[in-house]
Amino acid sequence: MPTVARRALSPIRLRVRPGGVLPILALLAVLLVLVGLRQPDFLDPPSLMSFLGRSAPVILLAAGQYFVIVSGEFDLSVGSLVTAQVVVAARLIDSDPARTWPVVLLLLVFGALVGLVNGLVTTRLRVPSFITTLGMFLILVGAVYLWSDGAPKGGLSEEFRRFGRRASEDVPLLGRVPYALLVLVVVAALAVLLMRSDFGRTLVAVGDNPRTAQLSGVRVWRTRTVAFVLSGLAAAVAAILLGGYSGVSFQAGAGLEFGAITAVVLGGVALGGGRGSVVGAMLGALTLELLFALMNFYGVSGALRSTVQGAIILLAVAVSATRSSSR
Amino acid sequence: MSALSLLPARRPVPGVFVALALTLAVGWLVVLVDGGQLFNQATTVSLLHVAAGLGLVAVGQTLVILGGSLDLSVAYVISLSTLVAAETMNGSDGALLPAVGLALAVSAGVGLLNGLLVTRFRVNAFIATLGVGLLLKGYLDSNYDGPAGATSPALVQSLGYQRVGPVPLSFLLLLALTGATWFALSRTRFGHHLVAVGGDPEVARLSGVRNDRVLVTAHVLCSLCAGLAGIYLASRLGSGAPRVGTEGLYDLESIAAVVIGGTALAGGRGGVVGTVGGVLLLASIDAIFNQLEVDAFFKQVIRGVVIIAAVAVYARRALRKGAW
Repeated sequence: MPTVARRALSPIRLRVRPGGVLPILALLAVLLVLVGLRQPDFLDPPSLMSFLGRSAPVILLAAGQYFVIVSGEFDLSVGSLVTAQVVVAARLIDSDPARTWPVVLLLLVFGALVGLVNGLVTTRLRVPSFITTLGMFLILVGAVYLWSDGAPKGGLSEEFRRFGRRASEDVPLLGRVPYALLVLVVVAALAVLLMRSDFGRTLVAVGDNPRTAQLSGVRVWRTRTVAFVLSGLAAAVAAILLGGYSGVSFQAGAGLEFGAITAVVLGGVALGGGRGSVVGAMLGALTLELLFALMNFYGVSGALRSTVQGAIILLAVAVSATRSSSR
Repeated sequence: MSALSLLPARRPVPGVFVALALTLAVGWLVVLVDGGQLFNQATTVSLLHVAAGLGLVAVGQTLVILGGSLDLSVAYVISLSTLVAAETMNGSDGALLPAVGLALAVSAGVGLLNGLLVTRFRVNAFIATLGVGLLLKGYLDSNYDGPAGATSPALVQSLGYQRVGPVPLSFLLLLALTGATWFALSRTRFGHHLVAVGGDPEVARLSGVRNDRVLVTAHVLCSLCAGLAGIYLASRLGSGAPRVGTEGLYDLESIAAVVIGGTALAGGRGGVVGTVGGVLLLASIDAIFNQLEVDAFFKQVIRGVVIIAAVAVYARRALRKGAW
């Protein structure tokens, strides 16, 4: 096997530790250059800011997914959770501005609760997380259709939607900064702080080797459950932004779980846990979004998008896999 | 439980058949009280048709999961196979065999790609097959808007609608495929090697198993099964359908059926007979709810609960045996 890996190595050997953010930064830089060549005004502050605002929900989901993946599990339920949240919000708010804040709070609790159930079923009942969250996916999609008789009801209030679509105007240098971007910056800072805390180190240790972690006195099940709760919370915040930006539909969260997982993997995080950083995961999501923007600029038809996405993911992961195995 | 544990531990008959029997008994009673009849000709036939489609995919999925891998691309392989088959046949019986051959060859090619990505390029199976699925999705989305081609009438009449009593030909095909797979797993070198690779790749390698070759073979066989399911669906629908695989959720449902059937998602433990039990269980729940005219969305909620509960029961039992 080593011979195969060595042959597949690219001539330029980047001396990076596996799971580092350098490869994803390089990929991001290449994409930025390509975008800049094709559409120079995309890099102007206003359009860049609104691009970052648009990408915020996906980046948040990637951060949430990161916690679960680095602890050695999967969360396939986030896409359906986002859909459920958006539909529930519309029905509960029913265009009444006074209900905005209670519903926002409720959504966060709902997200945390779904994460808690995912986590407890996975850790206490020992159901593989793939199956737990797949089941949760079916349950949430079915329940939300059932509850709304097949068509979304009600509507979001303007107060609710402003998180996703409004911006703080006249910021010096940057111009217009979307609220979504501000939310993203705050959450990203919290995520980085969390990963630097004791909890973050424990989380990575659990993903790296649960047995060792347990023998060192970590309550593995509790740590993993918290990771699922964090993923649920991230989905709730993403749903609030996404609902505000693109409105209510049953397709609001469709496919987001696979998008988040690929973003995380693209960012150098190992499936199976124990390796990679939350910054890498978020950069992975940003890269994926930039890739879509680039395809738009180059006029790649929407239908071919998934082909390009698939090819890039396979290439990126194959290159990093062959490199790390030749260590 | 005690009767089951007397059987050789190597290949225990999974409890899924007990669950299946219970589900059918309870379902039969509930439907009877509701004023219907669960086991009439029409429901039985449609139950077995549903089981045949999912079963063909799930048997293949069993192989890769046993080997410690996974295939998320099957839904797109199914869609692709219906199109290749239906467009090559184009309504004529003469092109039947070449079309079936071509559809299977294309499927095998996808399986080979999956297998090589997982083994040679060491891409995690989840990402590899997801990526290959996306490649196929892009091809399907950009070339097809709706149904295309026409299945040969001979295939529609035989595989699609031919029955022996209440048992469709397609279900007999599933039984034959299951039998062949069971034989391959329990009586051939390939089967033993596959289970060894799934159980512990390093130990298997040190014992002289060519892990890569075994896994690539499993992936090719899995895609072939998905291709076969596609040919069957083309024979039911009369044409190729670019979205039949994804709309049927064949990727996730086949994995669920395998796991409900008692095969460990991590690989190395389980068997194909349990998978057919899992498929029949899912199809029976479907049939019962159809008879009760339960809301389709409620059905999905129950499906999610059943999948989680079934696997939780297995996990509990494994825990008691100390297999973890």
